[in-house]
Amino acid sequence: MRAPGTPARAEGRTVAEPQITVNGQPRPLAGVPAHTNALDFVRGLGLTGAKEGCAEGECGACAVLVARPDGDGSRWAPVNACLVPALALDGQEVVTAEGLGGPDDLHPVQTGLAEAGGSQCGYCTPGFVCSMAAEYYRPDRTPGPDGFDVHAIGGNLCRCTGYRPIRDAACALGSPSPADPLAGRQDRPAPPPAPTRVDGFARPADLAEALALLAEHPDATVLAGSTDWGVEANLRGRRAAYVVAVDRLPELRDLTTGADGVEIGAALTLSEVEAALGDDVPLLAQVWPQFASRLIRNGATIGGNVATASPIGDLAPALLALDARLVLASAAGDREVALAGFFTGYRETVLRPAELVRAVRVPTPLAAHTTFRKIAKRRFDDISSVAVAVALDVVDGTVARARIGLGGVAATPVRALATEAALEGRPWDLDTVEAASAVLAGEGTPIDDQRASAAYRSAMLGNALKAWWDQAWQGGGSA
Amino acid sequence: MSDLSRRPDDAAVGRALAHESAAQHVTGHALYTDDLVHRTPHVLHAHPVCSPHPHARVTRLDTSRALAVEGVVRVLTADDVPGTNDAGVKHDEPLFPEIVMFVGHAVCWVLGETLEAARLGAEAVEVDYEPLPAIVSLTEAIEAESFQGGQPVVARGDVEQGLAGAAHVFSGVTEMAGQEHFYLETHASLALVDEAGQVFVQSSTQHPTETQEIVAHVLGLDSHHVTVQCLRMGGGFGGKEMQPHGFAAVAALGAVLTGRPVRLRLSRTHDMTMTGKRHGFHAQWRAGFDDDGRLTALEATLTSDGGWSLDLSEPVLARALCHVDNAYWIPHVLLHGRVAHTHKTSQTAFRGFGGPQGMLVVEDVLGRCAPLLGIDPVELRRRNFYVEGQATPYGQVVRHPERVAAAWDQVMTTGEVERRRREIAAFNAAHEHTKRALAVTPVKFGISFNFTAFNQAGALVHVYKDGSVLINHGGTEMGQGLHTKMLQVAATSLGVPLGKVRLAPTRTDKVPNTSATAASSSADLNGGAVKNACEQILSRLRQVDAGRGLPWEDLVREAYFSRVQLWAAGFYRTEGIHWDSTVMRGHPFKYFAYGVAAAEVEVDGFTGAYRTRRVDIVHDVGDSLSPLVDLGQVEGGFVQGVGWLTLEDLRWDESSGPGRGRLTTQAASTYKLPSIGELPDELNVALLEHAHEDGVVYGSKAVGEPPVMLAFAVREALREAAAAFGPDGTSVDLASPATPEAVFWAAERARSAGSDHVVEGLPGAVPDRPDPTAPALHPRSEQADRGTAGG
Repeated sequence: MRAPGTPARAEGRTVAEPQITVNGQPRPLAGVPAHTNALDFVRGLGLTGAKEGCAEGECGACAVLVARPDGDGSRWAPVNACLVPALALDGQEVVTAEGLGGPDDLHPVQTGLAEAGGSQCGYCTPGFVCSMAAEYYRPDRTPGPDGFDVHAIGGNLCRCTGYRPIRDAACALGSPSPADPLAGRQDRPAPPPAPTRVDGFARPADLAEALALLAEHPDATVLAGSTDWGVEANLRGRRAAYVVAVDRLPELRDLTTGADGVEIGAALTLSEVEAALGDDVPLLAQVWPQFASRLIRNGATIGGNVATASPIGDLAPALLALDARLVLASAAGDREVALAGFFTGYRETVLRPAELVRAVRVPTPLAAHTTFRKIAKRRFDDISSVAVAVALDVVDGTVARARIGLGGVAATPVRALATEAALEGRPWDLDTVEAASAVLAGEGTPIDDQRASAAYRSAMLGNALKAWWDQAWQGGGSA
Repeated sequence: MSDLSRRPDDAAVGRALAHESAAQHVTGHALYTDDLVHRTPHVLHAHPVCSPHPHARVTRLDTSRALAVEGVVRVLTADDVPGTNDAGVKHDEPLFPEIVMFVGHAVCWVLGETLEAARLGAEAVEVDYEPLPAIVSLTEAIEAESFQGGQPVVARGDVEQGLAGAAHVFSGVTEMAGQEHFYLETHASLALVDEAGQVFVQSSTQHPTETQEIVAHVLGLDSHHVTVQCLRMGGGFGGKEMQPHGFAAVAALGAVLTGRPVRLRLSRTHDMTMTGKRHGFHAQWRAGFDDDGRLTALEATLTSDGGWSLDLSEPVLARALCHVDNAYWIPHVLLHGRVAHTHKTSQTAFRGFGGPQGMLVVEDVLGRCAPLLGIDPVELRRRNFYVEGQATPYGQVVRHPERVAAAWDQVMTTGEVERRRREIAAFNAAHEHTKRALAVTPVKFGISFNFTAFNQAGALVHVYKDGSVLINHGGTEMGQGLHTKMLQVAATSLGVPLGKVRLAPTRTDKVPNTSATAASSSADLNGGAVKNACEQILSRLRQVDAGRGLPWEDLVREAYFSRVQLWAAGFYRTEGIHWDSTVMRGHPFKYFAYGVAAAEVEVDGFTGAYRTRRVDIVHDVGDSLSPLVDLGQVEGGFVQGVGWLTLEDLRWDESSGPGRGRLTTQAASTYKLPSIGELPDELNVALLEHAHEDGVVYGSKAVGEPPVMLAFAVREALREAAAAFGPDGTSVDLASPATPEAVFWAAERARSAGSDHVVEGLPGAVPDRPDPTAPALHPRSEQADRGTAGG
């Protein structure tokens, strides 16, 4: 396991005016309201390459690059600028499509995309350029068709080209030259978090300060990656009375492996968790490619994903199947709760006022056999109609332990307790699979909505174990 | 070969060039309407107050609390309109309505110093409504006989006789959903008034002339008082053909009343909630086949979901009826059409303009009947193709029908269709829970506006003294590469290097009275006009040159000093077309564009999830003006069509609850476009060779819309894969869009081994035959009583 970078504490900037370095130039944030997102901020600078296409992180037209910690160095991470408050980027370095190259001085990514016919109307193009550039600069990428991870641009929508020329341009990219300043930038650490403190927005330096601020501002909105809050702000006009940004709190950014499990800091982004865990938790490794897009995973944090308590999030079912526990921090100290007991109702949890999710604990040993089955209209970057995560231990042909987490079938993510009971102690064979499937089909209280009918959701529950059996177990296979 | 289509050696047309703005696109330097806001001082921002009801009378509108919100400058209401309170071309679209007709209908607009102020002001506006009964679904409208506009009929022969003489008669119902345009750039306008009172509106519009006319009409001005410019659009797809006008008018009204620039840009949610989409259609049909599977007769009644106002619904319906035949000869035909009136957004133009919906009907008929006839669908389709000398049901002889056969044979060969279908059969036999299928479908699509008058275009070409060239034309750029093609046409016509030619943005004060950039025909029309202007200049220059062969710059300089005019206004009109919409007969299309696609899919029987393994396309673009642009149109159109048919799922709340009439998929999180993950694993596209089109600019053909319909191959492959879960000969009724859920239920029904919803025998389910006294389409149903509309 590779620990993600944890930058040094910010020092000596407590009274500095907030600013963002955009394309190498410092740009003051003075007077910028807390609800102004980074997209509107850079557009207001005249950098209108980044566009608003959807204002909810689904289209990627607003993508920009942010220098993020990565071990001793940094990485250019593309994020949806429409979701992030500009103030949350205080002290950070941002590069937009304009910063990569101009019409007479194209960046290799820009040249490739232009020559391949990768732009038609051009509106989505600067966002694609940023997502492609991030992948271009990925240090462990190998040039050529197999080296480019096409999922890196899965969060960018194009309505004109049909994607083939974009895919071809991406797969034809070479490597950055040694003189490429943006490649060179990755050798140095990312900027430390700035201790921002302006009207309505604060970035505390440590956990103690964060908890004190929350106690002081009971109506504060706790902000991490802002991938959920940004949607509320943009689409539903919600405004925070006070924002406490916790995404760079050092106490929330460790990933440690101990004898009894893995502890994942709540403020690690999903991309950071994905990179740090690798294949160590196979069930989570199955989740990542199906979880939103790279743009979202670069912003969304694991703690935020759990704390927003969405009934249709994809991570909670997997964490439920892993018997995950949460460490909750408050001024009174830490307490630990089982994730299964965390959700109390639609978007409600046991979190108390002035309490934060500090870490997610995944106990070990892990179940030997796991699967994650997501049902959605679109293959990638869609919201689940149904998500089913299964973790099984099979001893001598008998199910010793079963944990099943479900999403999309109730007001909260839920465990499929009746199905677990129908599995445990039974021989792991087709008869048990079919009997348990009948139970699973009746779990939860699925509804009809625009994503799927209740009948389809139930049918998908009922087919999840059968499909796993068919694809991974039948004929003596093993998942 | 005509002069228009003859192509010189070493021409700039025919070269594979990147989009003329590609370097601006990739660097973020290309400007779109809303980008100009950041270059315009003192802009006011507009925000709508939207109806929460699908149908209601506004009984009270109180703006006083809004005006008290800090930063709110003005609230625009019906009382402010100096001209006509209407944003449509048929007087059925009040800009500030007394009766709201759909959820999201804007009652008034708030102007603020910031968008935030305008938004908060809109929240503070008090509106009382008296709810009225609402019709939401198409089937509700049919039951309630809620229709609008004319009810055209296309008839040939005697359909009763054709059905009576058929060996097999089947009848059924086909329903298909609409589609959200989801241009990445939402609607945007920025209006200013200059010192002389000239209103200047920058608008993301496919139809600047009509935007100009409606702005003028709302303001009570003559057209010469209003200039509309469109730099470029971030996608249009038909969604900006009629829908921008009202938004431009609101911005212009605000600018006139406040003296300040006004920006109106819709959020994605507003755009999806407020603006029209592709029409969903409902079709009842009866089809007769002879023993060999040849169609003998087809009767169908098509009902489109027009939404709250007529908009372009009549010409969309006309084009749908003119495309029910697709590439197939049907001796006896009776097609009725009608437009439902529902309390939803006013459905409008969308790439294909009814053609896809009409063609889907016959493809659905063939796809469902093939198993019942016991004929391989590939063979059934091929057997029914038009041949030389046959005419469409509306009386136009089909020219070059052999091209669709040539494209078909090429796809069968290069796509290795026979071999792969054998492999698929073996795969399916070996896999109980995963099935594959490969389907092949043709496209025949008529090019030209149905309404003859729109088939004209203008251009303005300047040659400056230094030999550089600037062109303007009446078409707009929305990503389709029209400007790229026009640069190539001008360089070719004048015989100068491409680098000598620049193109200036589309403006109504440069080229007046333009038609919408629509109907795929903009390169044909504007290319003709650009070429005409260039040729006028060239003919003058030839006299100056007098055979000396002077270099271009010298010739131009000498011409100037000889007092020879170095600029010209070009004009073009399409010859040889005519159309009578009252009887739905004529020769409306200059030519047909052809294409064939073969698609292979794999379906997971547990979930209905699928992926497209391989697609092979051969498409006819004539002699391509710009092969890279055309390839992009073919691929992009195909994927957009696949989105319509498989993934994109518009859902309205049809319940009787408080949300009735609300679009429940009004955001990118709930309405899913194809992403890169939907790209077929393998996509092979070839442009048909030996495809010169005589009488069209440099032998080319239109390409914007026809490729959308190549996507039928994917839908038919999904149908066949779903059917493969059942016994041989299973006919599957596949919902459109064929979402994974729809495919799952289709596979479930196949597994239960019942043939779906197709009635065999006479009389069968007889389609509704609308009242014979129902009005026909207005002779100019596309035409406003003032101004024009695209079609």
